Amino acid sequence: MALTYPPELHYTVTHEYVALSGDVAVVGITAFAVEELGDITYVELPVVGRTFSRGERLGTIESVKAVSDLYAPVSGVVTAVHEELVDAPERIASDPYGEGWLVKMQLTKPEELQELLTAADYQAQVGD
Amino acid sequence: MRYSPLWECYQNEAKLTEFAGWMLPAQFAGLTLEHESVRQRVGLFDISHMGQIELHSAAVWEHLNHLVPTDLRQLAAGQARYTVLLNATGGILDDLIVYAHDQERATLIVNAACMEKNVAWLRQHLPSDVVVAPVQQALLALQGSQATAILQALTTDTLATIPRFGHCTIHTPWGQVWVARTGYTGEDGWEIQAAPAIGQALWRAWRDQGVTPCGLVARDMLRLEAGLHLYGQDMDETVTPLEAGLGWLVDWNKGDFLGRAALLAQKRQGVARKLVGLMGTGRRIFRPGYPVQAQGQTVGRITSGTLSLSLGRPIALAYVETPWTLPGTPLTVQVRDQELPVTVVKRTFYTRPQ
Repeated sequence: MALTYPPELHYTVTHEYVALSGDVAVVGITAFAVEELGDITYVELPVVGRTFSRGERLGTIESVKAVSDLYAPVSGVVTAVHEELVDAPERIASDPYGEGWLVKMQLTKPEELQELLTAADYQAQVGD
Repeated sequence: MRYSPLWECYQNEAKLTEFAGWMLPAQFAGLTLEHESVRQRVGLFDISHMGQIELHSAAVWEHLNHLVPTDLRQLAAGQARYTVLLNATGGILDDLIVYAHDQERATLIVNAACMEKNVAWLRQHLPSDVVVAPVQQALLALQGSQATAILQALTTDTLATIPRFGHCTIHTPWGQVWVARTGYTGEDGWEIQAAPAIGQALWRAWRDQGVTPCGLVARDMLRLEAGLHLYGQDMDETVTPLEAGLGWLVDWNKGDFLGRAALLAQKRQGVARKLVGLMGTGRRIFRPGYPVQAQGQTVGRITSGTLSLSLGRPIALAYVETPWTLPGTPLTVQVRDQELPVTVVKRTFYTRPQ
């Protein structure tokens, strides 16, 4: 099963991705994270309006196998959360980079994007 | 790392995991499909990692009877019993199924992680005339309401008359295999012991027929829904059958057995904690070690938990202090920063439709 890592996205070592749309970051988890977690059973997302620093705990994702924290890949203010996933968290797995998005954040430190991994670096990191 | 004799049949189609020193399939097509296949139709498991021990002795039943709390002397050829091996303090060394072949021969199927410990224990505690022989054959489990029909299609030997926990040798197109109407899923089904080549042939034949292969993740949910214990999680050497909800295994009238005095003392005194079933709401899974609370005090710990696909709710097993173990008792489970409500229920969360 080949996992994909779209080249236009930014990645973290904790397996989040950032899809940039203007100065809004769409945050989700990577195909590798989805594969590692297995059947996702629960997502806990932050409230809209809250400010997070890069690396702060943004939420929780649980699967039958494990509990995993979601970390803010960049600093910013939460502008939207994907509420529909709370009742249907399994949808993250079918389209992690699209319908499986978790949180949108208004960037407060856009320069942090430079510190995230490219798709190639992330792929090398996860050894896939 | 050890590999099953069936390894080459599925190594390219399974997500793998390490378990008790073995590399085993965690998952094939996915938990939901595998679970549904077993509950609705049939599923196929490789359980070759489980420990297989044969005992031979003219007095095998008399001797083995001393190491378990269950009376095995009533076991006729072709019958089997679920029981536990106890140490002198009544602690559970392992849980196992004992199969009677005849007056002089028994097969024990034990947990993979306990195999070496059990062999050493049996050699140490059985008289030297009892031969304790580890066996390494392929073991498959075919589980679900269609299992009997699928197995029957391979043999002219009659299976329908074999009761639950019954077993026999049957003839298949590839040779003789030993089959038992036992399992770890809460469904009707069979466990099959076969020479490696025959085991592979059976696996491939059933796969070609479209039987769903299932991994350890599905197996764990199926057993938990059925209220079946997992050794090492729901019980170990520090708990007795009375605490583990396995008091029904103890035959107080069978005469002495290892651990009996300790169990009797505990019975007279009353157990301080018991294994209970817990059912919650929502989607969070209660995981091993999570505290169980009553009135703000910790009164227990989770040992196994999952989000049951059969019930659509979180279910768990937990050791809880006895005053809080009556069915219907409201408790809470501490899930990280949240305290979530649960109710004490019977451990058989799922019972198959009759």
